[in-house]
Amino acid sequence: MTPEASPAALSPAAAAPVFKRVYVWELPVRLYHWLNALCVLVLIVTGLLIAHPPAITSASEASFSYWFGVNRFIHFATAYVFVFNFAFRIYWGFVGNQFSDWRNFLPLRRAQFRQVRAVLRVDVLQTTNKPIDAVGHNALAYFTYFAMFLVFLFQVVSGFAMYASMSQAWFPQLFRWAVPLFGGDYGLRQWHYMAMWFFIVFTIVHVYLVFYHDYVEGHGVMSSMVGGWKFVHPGTLKGNGRSWFPLSPKPPRNDVKPPPR
Amino acid sequence: MNLLESPPQTGGPTIWEEMRARGVSRRDFIKFCTWMSAYLGLEASGVADVVKALEKKRRLPVVWLHFQECTCCSESFIRSSHPIVADILLDKVSLDYTETLQAAAGFQAEECLHRTMKERRGEYLLMVEGSVPMADEGIYCVIGGRTALDIVQEAADGAKAVVAWGNCACAGCVQAAKPNPTRATPIHKVITGKPIINVQGCPPIGEVMAGVVVHLLAFDRIPQLDALGRPKAFYSRRVHDTCYRRPYYDAGLFVESFDDENARRGFCLYKMGCRGPTTYNSCGVMRWNNGVSYPIQSGHGCIGCSEAGFWDNGPFYQRLASFPGFGIETTADQIGLAVGAATIAGAAAHAVLTNVRKQHEIGEHPGESASLAPPPAVAEPDDQAKE
Repeated sequence: MTPEASPAALSPAAAAPVFKRVYVWELPVRLYHWLNALCVLVLIVTGLLIAHPPAITSASEASFSYWFGVNRFIHFATAYVFVFNFAFRIYWGFVGNQFSDWRNFLPLRRAQFRQVRAVLRVDVLQTTNKPIDAVGHNALAYFTYFAMFLVFLFQVVSGFAMYASMSQAWFPQLFRWAVPLFGGDYGLRQWHYMAMWFFIVFTIVHVYLVFYHDYVEGHGVMSSMVGGWKFVHPGTLKGNGRSWFPLSPKPPRNDVKPPPR
Repeated sequence: MNLLESPPQTGGPTIWEEMRARGVSRRDFIKFCTWMSAYLGLEASGVADVVKALEKKRRLPVVWLHFQECTCCSESFIRSSHPIVADILLDKVSLDYTETLQAAAGFQAEECLHRTMKERRGEYLLMVEGSVPMADEGIYCVIGGRTALDIVQEAADGAKAVVAWGNCACAGCVQAAKPNPTRATPIHKVITGKPIINVQGCPPIGEVMAGVVVHLLAFDRIPQLDALGRPKAFYSRRVHDTCYRRPYYDAGLFVESFDDENARRGFCLYKMGCRGPTTYNSCGVMRWNNGVSYPIQSGHGCIGCSEAGFWDNGPFYQRLASFPGFGIETTADQIGLAVGAATIAGAAAHAVLTNVRKQHEIGEHPGESASLAPPPAVAEPDDQAKE
């Protein structure tokens, strides 16, 4: 079963152009995504517990229990996984395919801003239905992820700066300089906590938009982060400067990799 | 940082000689040196260095200035538990000028200050209590017809080093809290080019103040400072790390209100707004009033008085501070929940809009919506030309 054959067979309009399978998200990107999602979830839950520990009325000795210490340990350990996973993703921006290329994330080219305007018209305001021909993310999404990376960075810096005084390890000590910038640990904790709400709000919007794009466009956005493949219109792949940003010399790997079966 | 080179040892009794003349026994002197070495975090062999230094060194000239402050630093200092501690500053260092304690007044006092600044230029230590107002050309703190800024800059010019006592001099304390009407400014922001030691707290612990003075006397050197200019010997650990209630924190056992059963059991005051986890000070180790107690031991959370801006991080009985710019009692949680709810509402509205506006786009069969889409190259043929 070739990828071209199946949609056409099912479509009532047999003459309609068919979707083409494109390998968009490489395995390391997908692993990064899900590990990151897990880390963020764990960090939010343990972080909220640190901020708002539940009321426990107990007459037992403190030495019988250590749950709050364990909770904090999980938070700190997960932070390490989060930061190295994040560092790996940045590395992959330099060696991965053109959809994960670091240059997509920076607002450098006019074509990117054109697409941002198009996305605002089509997906946010919905004043037009002209489809956005983006294979990876669209330009607005790339910029949003760049902003998200900055928040990641802030969260890493502020978190490890607070952690530095509790740790002998060299890594947290690298972030001590951030303490005076916030006037002390208290300001750091305040902003670290505030930034957590960004993660919550981001997750709401992110999950909603995945549903939205999957529902409206039928490109298989939802499953692409599992299998790596998206289904796009062949015209999108012509490389007209809007489809994606062919900044890397590598040709798009549409159907270079054979379907697994 | 060996910035405090010893002044030439010309004449005059040494500190030990003066102490002996006043009837301090050798035993008490050694006890004092041992005690101070322990506070300074020196190893056992460091005691000998302190003893040797105090035996050989002459009195240190000190100018102690008071600006916008309440004198609680001086009060704390003269009430430090060991009698020699008070002696060390009031007698053993030559306290040439201090508004609160000196007998001289008016012209005599000013004369005394200027004589020290002239004759002991480059030798004396400048100790400052209080912040400096900068608004309206500094008229909110004027002594002898001169503004605090004027005085401190002149005095700092010839000083070996500057010691900023307390939160006022280190961070502005209450008078620098929003909206800071007099633009109260900490010493490190008005003096440049001199080593500045921030001895934080409101007030600092008396023994900590004494420890800093002994360190300067004994080693002629600025003690190791943290990133905020505080001596590491006393400010490298959080109150939380040395708190005797810490096991309750790790066990997740917290006081829920000041009159509950948990408060009676002495559980952790974290949820009552205790600032111990973000405050660097020695209260848990040295305690106050001759080691009697400290706020947490007395059942009240730490208010973080050795941290910059602690008045603006209120309310004190709330773990999360109210958020700047959002009214008095609005916390990060309330803002976050409001933004989160607005986001969900926005997403729901957008979902409804999508179903209305894009009902023809959303196909039941794969490829349907694509069939409606004109090929992009045709849609905007000028794209390629522009690139």
